[in-house]
Amino acid sequence: MNPTQLPPSGGDPPSLLRRIPLAIGALFRLLANAELAARYIAVRDGAAPAPSSAMAPTPAPAPAPAVRPAPAPPVLKEPTPDAALQLLALLQREARLIDFVGEDLGGYADAQIGAAARLVHEGCAKVLREHFVIVPVRDEAEGGRVTLPPGFDAAAIRLTGNVVGQPPFSGSLTHRGWRVTEVRLPKMAEQHDARVVAPAEVEL
Amino acid sequence: MTVPRFAIGIDLGTTHSALAWVDIAGSDGDATAHGTLPIPQLTAPGAVESMPLLPSFLYLPHADEMAAGDLALPWAAEGPHAVGELARNRGATTPIRLVSSAKSWLCHPGVDRRAAILPHDAPADVARVSPLDASTHYLEHVRNAWDHAHPDAPFAEQDVTVTIPASFDPAARELTVEAARTAGCNSLTLLEEPQSALYSWIEASGGAWRKQVRPGDVILVIDVGGGTSDFSLIAVLERDGNLELRRVAVGEHILLGGDNMDLALAHVVARKLASAGTTLDAWQMRALTYACRSAKEKLLGSAGAPADSTAQPIVVPSRGSKLIGGSIRTELTADEVGATIVEGFFPQVEASARPVSRVRAGLAQLGLPYAQDAAVSRHLAAFLGRQLGALAELEGFGDGNVAEGASFLHPTAVLFNGGVFKSSLLADRMLATVDGWLAAEGAAPARLLDGADLDLAVARGAAYYGYVRHGRGVRIRGGTAFAYYVGVESSMPAVPGIEPPVEALCVAPFGMEEGTEAELPALELGLVVGEPVHFRFFASSVRRQDGVGTLLDTWATSDLQELAPISATLPPEGRNPGEVVPVRLQARVTEAGTLELEAVPRSGSERWKIEFDVRGERQEA
Repeated sequence: MNPTQLPPSGGDPPSLLRRIPLAIGALFRLLANAELAARYIAVRDGAAPAPSSAMAPTPAPAPAPAVRPAPAPPVLKEPTPDAALQLLALLQREARLIDFVGEDLGGYADAQIGAAARLVHEGCAKVLREHFVIVPVRDEAEGGRVTLPPGFDAAAIRLTGNVVGQPPFSGSLTHRGWRVTEVRLPKMAEQHDARVVAPAEVEL
Repeated sequence: MTVPRFAIGIDLGTTHSALAWVDIAGSDGDATAHGTLPIPQLTAPGAVESMPLLPSFLYLPHADEMAAGDLALPWAAEGPHAVGELARNRGATTPIRLVSSAKSWLCHPGVDRRAAILPHDAPADVARVSPLDASTHYLEHVRNAWDHAHPDAPFAEQDVTVTIPASFDPAARELTVEAARTAGCNSLTLLEEPQSALYSWIEASGGAWRKQVRPGDVILVIDVGGGTSDFSLIAVLERDGNLELRRVAVGEHILLGGDNMDLALAHVVARKLASAGTTLDAWQMRALTYACRSAKEKLLGSAGAPADSTAQPIVVPSRGSKLIGGSIRTELTADEVGATIVEGFFPQVEASARPVSRVRAGLAQLGLPYAQDAAVSRHLAAFLGRQLGALAELEGFGDGNVAEGASFLHPTAVLFNGGVFKSSLLADRMLATVDGWLAAEGAAPARLLDGADLDLAVARGAAYYGYVRHGRGVRIRGGTAFAYYVGVESSMPAVPGIEPPVEALCVAPFGMEEGTEAELPALELGLVVGEPVHFRFFASSVRRQDGVGTLLDTWATSDLQELAPISATLPPEGRNPGEVVPVRLQARVTEAGTLELEAVPRSGSERWKIEFDVRGERQEA
């Protein structure tokens, strides 16, 4: 049989084992049913099947591609270092973050570390406040019950613990999550060397 | 010129500048389409960020100080200077290259304001700029920021209003106009900052202001900015069923503001550290000032945050990379802030208190004439006392408002402006002080007109004023807040050793509106052809009754304030050099809001402009 004349419901052509009982059944049904015999003639001669109330005409499906393409390997984005360097420079400038983290805490009392931590905390807060707009992913109070409908955004909500069954899921909110809705990093001059995150200072 | 699409308001502040706009066509009555322009500026070498305020600082870098491209702005590849945040930051570590408070220098009568004198303490090889140039740079930056954001509505074609302190003298006003024209303002008006603050309040109320004030109200605007304090009184009148606002008095120029307060606190903390054996260098002192500012904001309360009375830790970071080992920790207590800021700058004094003035040392350095008394409340008491008679001539006020036996003018409402009053504690203290004065004389407490944005109100109000000038809303009237006088030597027989006394001839009366001309005084003065002739020049903020031609032979020193002299040079064309030409002086207030004086000869149609002296030839008072 010609592939374009496959039965509409069928996918692959029936196997030989399927065809033997089909042929025997067809012999008796063609003998008993004149209309079916007429349609058989039409099909055998290559004409379109006559319209029938019993069998709705269905356009033949496009030929399936011979080979399904293998899924493309995921494209991993290469981060540009500029924005990261810029953020690092801001955190150093406003919060002295590199100085702070680079120091060995061993020789200092907690009070001294605490004093420096205030500077770092205040500076980091300023950088975050001025350059990002950060809002919680979920507005509910932490510890409260939340219900996740089917199709919830799995990128914004991480399920933990007894992850079984089907959504809607009901659970307790352990962390509200943070979402950055706006980034306002400074524009950089073309020639600017972003790798110098803090220039050396020389007092004359 | 095309019809302007935007009314632009520029707050050219001592420490910060801002730009606001109103879309004229897109606004209807009280409902205005308005906004502020985020101003792109360098925040670090090679980094440009947009911020609502442009710090009014100019940094003049050394030729080798910056790498290529470090000063690039969105509209200019490379400039020789930095304006804004970077200028302020850099200047903190290299103050000899930082120009700050240019606006205060612009109205400093003791210096030549066109001469390259800033930075004031720069060594010889720093190429200095003039106060006028510095102001021009700030305006140019703002203009470029506008043009960059609105390529379809160029700055030069818009209606621009630039704000100035109400106390600016005619010379400083003229210099501001000159700076703005150089920066590309073609259609320009000046507006006093306290008026601008009130316009902003009117705009923000969306029409409800008519319910919040009533005829007979006297609104006191107290504007304490970063570098200056400015007071104005605005009366509310009713005319033909409409409310009318009239500015009736302005205060003196007081160089006293929020920056003085931060510095005062830093000195308190530095003394505390010094007594514990830690001395700070200049860099640490600046870091301390910065730390004190944020601690002060927590202790005094700021926008939306109530005052927190627990002692605030202050950490002065180390300069080197050893942050933990090298930082100095101390704290600022509520008591220290209370004593320094609340009692030092806003003491609860009597209404009769007056600022204390020290006798200046004979060889005082020629710096800015900072206020000698730090108490804002004493300056305010002096202002209200001096302006006791400000309403006398106003219809609807007359004697009804000036209560029997009042020793100062009683305001009925108060509007605050300036970042200092973000602290609810300080605003409350100031209001309580004024209410105390009122209660002592049996008057009702003043109402607080609330809801102004203290940082951007002046720029917003200026933009709104530009819109109002197109006939779309209430306008504050009042004209000039000073009467102006020219010094005339009285004709009397010469007495050896005694200078001939000077009489003051009124040439411009109080309250001249923009675009009007004063009449010609009868008295003629002699000008020598071909030689510059100088006249002493005076202003009075209280003599409302003097008309053109009034000649004062004596006056109270507090009534008339001497300004820098004015001068005229008659061109020798058609005359003999040395010939004396009798002229009369005529005053005119331009549409922009500046005062112009012209010499008009008895015959002929010639007119010669009289120049305000901005060269800083110091007068011996």
